[in-house]
Amino acid sequence: MSLYFVQKLLYRLNRDELTRKRFATDRENLLAEYELTEEEREAILKPDIGLLYVLGVNGQILMHYAGMCRYEWDDYLEAMREGVRQYGPVRDGVYAMTGYEGVQAHDEELRKRRTAPGKGD
Amino acid sequence: MPLVFAGVCSHAPGIVNRAERADPAVREPFYKAYREMGDAIRASGAEALVVIAAEHFGNFFMENMPAFAIGMADHYEGPIEDPDWMKIERRQIPGNKDLSRRLIQGVMEEVDTAYAEEWKFDHGIMVPLHFLTPNYDMAVIPANINCQGPPLTPLHRAYAFGQAIRHAADALPEKIALIGTGGISHWPATPDSGKINEEWDRDFLDKFLNNRKDDLLSYNDIETYKTAGQGGFEIRTFIAVAGATEGKTGKLWFYEPIPIFAVGCTVATMDVA
Repeated sequence: MSLYFVQKLLYRLNRDELTRKRFATDRENLLAEYELTEEEREAILKPDIGLLYVLGVNGQILMHYAGMCRYEWDDYLEAMREGVRQYGPVRDGVYAMTGYEGVQAHDEELRKRRTAPGKGD
Repeated sequence: MPLVFAGVCSHAPGIVNRAERADPAVREPFYKAYREMGDAIRASGAEALVVIAAEHFGNFFMENMPAFAIGMADHYEGPIEDPDWMKIERRQIPGNKDLSRRLIQGVMEEVDTAYAEEWKFDHGIMVPLHFLTPNYDMAVIPANINCQGPPLTPLHRAYAFGQAIRHAADALPEKIALIGTGGISHWPATPDSGKINEEWDRDFLDKFLNNRKDDLLSYNDIETYKTAGQGGFEIRTFIAVAGATEGKTGKLWFYEPIPIFAVGCTVATMDVA
């Protein structure tokens, strides 16, 4: 388990143009500079956003890697859910799932409350 | 000059990059509150805006994570995120190196802060600036509290950081405005993105706006994580503003949970005098 290095690579990819270029053209050598397990390497290369999430990659780092890999927002959220279905609960870090009805149901509930008689009393 | 303005606001990226997915009936009053806070900052005569942020691995990473950092440059750049993703054009943002240096020197009398001569603003600063100073014509001094990579900055130190910024700013000849930007409860960038604990938020805001120091400092991260999510760790930015306005109370300009923005959207000010 070398979550630190997975996150470090993704952090660099997120912020550094040169690292992104090397990722495109010199990927093997770039990855060799980070202490990664085979599972982590494969998750980065595939990319398996769901597995990276389960491994514990911080969402503030992962969402940008997903963006770089052309994931739309809803697809990114779904990829993480799929990761949990496939690999089980998040193993590390602070980004575990907690149970949530979803934005649509939540919006519906808030709308009902806002329009309910007595609001503002 | 004594600090001329203090406030807090939300900074979630969805506020800008998922704007069209929110109900305009809630979104527009929120944007209006942001803009009015921008007007109030300008009306205060502020010459520089200190933004206490909770940055998300844009500049600081676990290879060398400061508990506190303050920017010290004549200009910054942002957003660090893909501008197409962030839906904010990448640009230079003015800073003031000389003023930063004097502010930092003052802060360091009380709190050991790191300083940074380079800083790329992430959504944590760019989203507030997008509304508050849309012409990017006010010098910004970024400040950061580690709210992301545990071990996190203790709450009482965040409060002390706010006090230190206040003392340092008061002692400068320039007029300084201060804002803190953070979530309150939220679960950003997780499958639970959109979850908001409104009751917890309102309770926290009550403690914040009444500047109840003991109550603010009695939160703990284990409880916060359970009930307010990892995004709740960003209360440190509000607590720093409470420290900077110790003994004063505030006014809530806007609060509504907007799930597609993934946060209870907040704009509030604190009295400074």
